[in-house]
Amino acid sequence: MEYSPPPFFKRGPGLLTRFGFFALISVALLIADARFSYVDTARNALAALVNPFQRLFALPADGLSRVGEFFVTSAQLRRENDQLRRDALNNAAALQTQRAVAAENDNLRQLLGMSKRLERSSTAAEILHAPRDPFARRVVVDRGAQHGLRPGLAVVDRLGVIGQVTRVFPFSSEVTLITDKEQAVPIQVLRSGVRGVTFGIGYDGTLELRFMPVNADIQNGDLLVTSGIDGTYPPGLPVAIVSNIERNAAYAFARITCTPAAGVSSYGQVLIVSAAEAHAPSQTQTQTQTPSSPEAAATGTTEQEKR
Amino acid sequence: MAERGEGPEILRPARWSYIALTLALAVSANLLALPGVAQVLRPDLLALTLIYWVVYHPRRLGFLPAWILGLIMDVANGSLFGEHALAYAVLMYLSILLYRRIVMFGMIQQMLHVLAILVASQAVMLGVRVAAGADFPGIAYFVPSLLGAILWPALFALIRMPLRPRTGADVA
Repeated sequence: MEYSPPPFFKRGPGLLTRFGFFALISVALLIADARFSYVDTARNALAALVNPFQRLFALPADGLSRVGEFFVTSAQLRRENDQLRRDALNNAAALQTQRAVAAENDNLRQLLGMSKRLERSSTAAEILHAPRDPFARRVVVDRGAQHGLRPGLAVVDRLGVIGQVTRVFPFSSEVTLITDKEQAVPIQVLRSGVRGVTFGIGYDGTLELRFMPVNADIQNGDLLVTSGIDGTYPPGLPVAIVSNIERNAAYAFARITCTPAAGVSSYGQVLIVSAAEAHAPSQTQTQTQTPSSPEAAATGTTEQEKR
Repeated sequence: MAERGEGPEILRPARWSYIALTLALAVSANLLALPGVAQVLRPDLLALTLIYWVVYHPRRLGFLPAWILGLIMDVANGSLFGEHALAYAVLMYLSILLYRRIVMFGMIQQMLHVLAILVASQAVMLGVRVAAGADFPGIAYFVPSLLGAILWPALFALIRMPLRPRTGADVA
């Protein structure tokens, strides 16, 4: 085929025409995606197609860590086992007191006529990979719409909040990390109860607590937990630890930076938690996405809190 | 390999299956999960492979396959739908425009041309993201292009390895 007709006789449309054609479709797609989210079905279809390959190509990285695990000595294993057993014991003690405290809390709430704290449901998932995108802090996890996920769910690891599900594919979903530039988390200072909102700034390992008055009751080392007033994040999950405070009377707000409590950029297992059953009437059968676009659901908190 | 850029050897025609194979391998290299900062700095091997086929085997690869591969990369990266597609369209346009010139040059000049094409396609993606409301992520954003240009001779040698004439002594 390459050599059959002399190429200068069959040119087809000119180069610029062809380029213009494809550039135009791309721009149309971009606008449809960015402004109207029209192309989600096409994206989902392609994602389902690409997903098995993504899993396949995540294997070598997994394999390397597995090989590392294979060469663990028994002394190391025993040490780790001891550590875990000690942790389990400590946790068991904490859990037992927690149960009593929770029961007491329920009773007190009943006495005061307050509504009960809502139960959470959770799904364990594994981080597949982080997309090659310098503009956003995101990871892809191996659970999707088929496992009952929907956009807006909170994602935590064993130390604290790592982000929020923003886009759901059939067998995987994208989680935007709290360090992403567009991600906001409503928080409460555990020590003083002051409420605020942390914002990602687009770098790993740093969050910003914006719009806090200069005289707000915040100290270095304060633990920030989710306040739960957004209905997205369940209340009481650790988010970050205050690392630096600049109080300058020349500005209306203090400059507060924090370090995420969770291992936001490290790989591993995560837990996807739904905030409250009230927002998900029948969680087991909601296989489809919510009618609003994932972006709208994801940035809902952002928009709302920015105002 | 680099010194021999002047005298182009006559290659056997590339089969479609081989072109598809190299592109599939390039896509998988792009999908491969890497730890930490390597993930962000990794050069776009798919873009390099596309440039190779356009430059050394013109008329084999049109806009459509490059564009579709761009959409696949968009889905895999979770970027805006059409971002990579647009960037690859620009890349194809520039490569087709320049291929006659590029093959005449030695390796260093070729690398510079490839660098320019890669930077242009990355700049398109940057433009799209900035238009969508992102901040400029810093000049390190273009490091993958630089690494890509540095990888060009290696990729060039690798892709054409099975295409070199089987019989006959290697040109010394």
